[in-house]
Amino acid sequence: MNSRQDSVATSPAWLLVFAAWLVAAASTLGALFFGEVMQFPICRLCWYQRILMFPLALILPLGLFPFDPRVVRYALPLAVLGLGVAVFHQLLVAGVIPETIQPCTQGVPCSTTVVTWFGFLTIPWLSVAAFFSIVALLVAAHRRSSR
Amino acid sequence: MNQKTVFSIALALLAVVFAGATLFYTTQQEQQAAERAQANQASLMRMHSPTLGNPSAPVVIVEFLDPACETCSAFYPRVKEMMAANPDRIRLVLRYAPFHRGSDKVVAVLEAARKQGKFWPALEALLASQAEWAPHHTPQVDLVWKPLEPVGLNMEQMAFDMTTPEIARTIAQDLDDAKALNVTKTPEFFVNGKPLPSFGYAQLRELVDAELERTAR
Repeated sequence: MNSRQDSVATSPAWLLVFAAWLVAAASTLGALFFGEVMQFPICRLCWYQRILMFPLALILPLGLFPFDPRVVRYALPLAVLGLGVAVFHQLLVAGVIPETIQPCTQGVPCSTTVVTWFGFLTIPWLSVAAFFSIVALLVAAHRRSSR
Repeated sequence: MNQKTVFSIALALLAVVFAGATLFYTTQQEQQAAERAQANQASLMRMHSPTLGNPSAPVVIVEFLDPACETCSAFYPRVKEMMAANPDRIRLVLRYAPFHRGSDKVVAVLEAARKQGKFWPALEALLASQAEWAPHHTPQVDLVWKPLEPVGLNMEQMAFDMTTPEIARTIAQDLDDAKALNVTKTPEFFVNGKPLPSFGYAQLRELVDAELERTAR
């Protein structure tokens, strides 16, 4: 790799994957902060979202050095499934999906809202936003690199 | 800019933000816990609570305890050790925090034993045999009788006393106070009204030692 190729400005696909990693790493640290530092109870759906988010924080940087566009192929399934779980969780919180069919009957109910910031922002919302932006960034990276 | 530089800066930034937020949050929490305990001194001790040791001891340990909690049974002998090492200088006040489902029934057993003057032997017998009557963290009141045999309780009287409404009131009051003091896990200790800065035997020991030293002067 010469220094020109190494430059951030010359590789939009690299930048997009890098941005996806930033989101994944921030989400991972955020989830760890809520769970380990603030000691919020972690409901079952949150665990599934963590299972799908945490590996992204590790896989994506492996695809950055050296840049391997195929990292999208390995990361995207995790992100898409995560988005699915996050949307399901959000629908549950919003009450669109009735309580009875939610999987968390024991322990912490997933429909409980632990925190709300600025009157609307909840942890499940953050999860939806994070997974959605990762999916979008990875898809964009794939388009750029396959062009 | 070089890709590796950008990545390294981002990684370092994330780590710094995380560490900073953690530090900020934990110091804030410690401060709040101390303030909360200060503001709720009245919730810390009630007339109904069982106590052990010299009533005028300078150091008072208030312990919120769940008889079915494993960590509580692990801490109990160590608290007794501290009391034995400082005779007449430490008093233990027990508050109930039966967070395990079914634990309140075991508390009723203890309270009934207390009416026969056998609270502490009963508690010690139950904590020592916890694995027998609370398998997999599920306390089963039917299983407590066998480990309680050596205590020599009047069983007929027990069955009668266990159902008195006072016991339910005591538990409800203790749980209310636990809420006021933000006790969400057991065991939780307050030493002369001060909460542990963070959970652990060493922290408890340090706090007790500091109070012993402070009151010795």
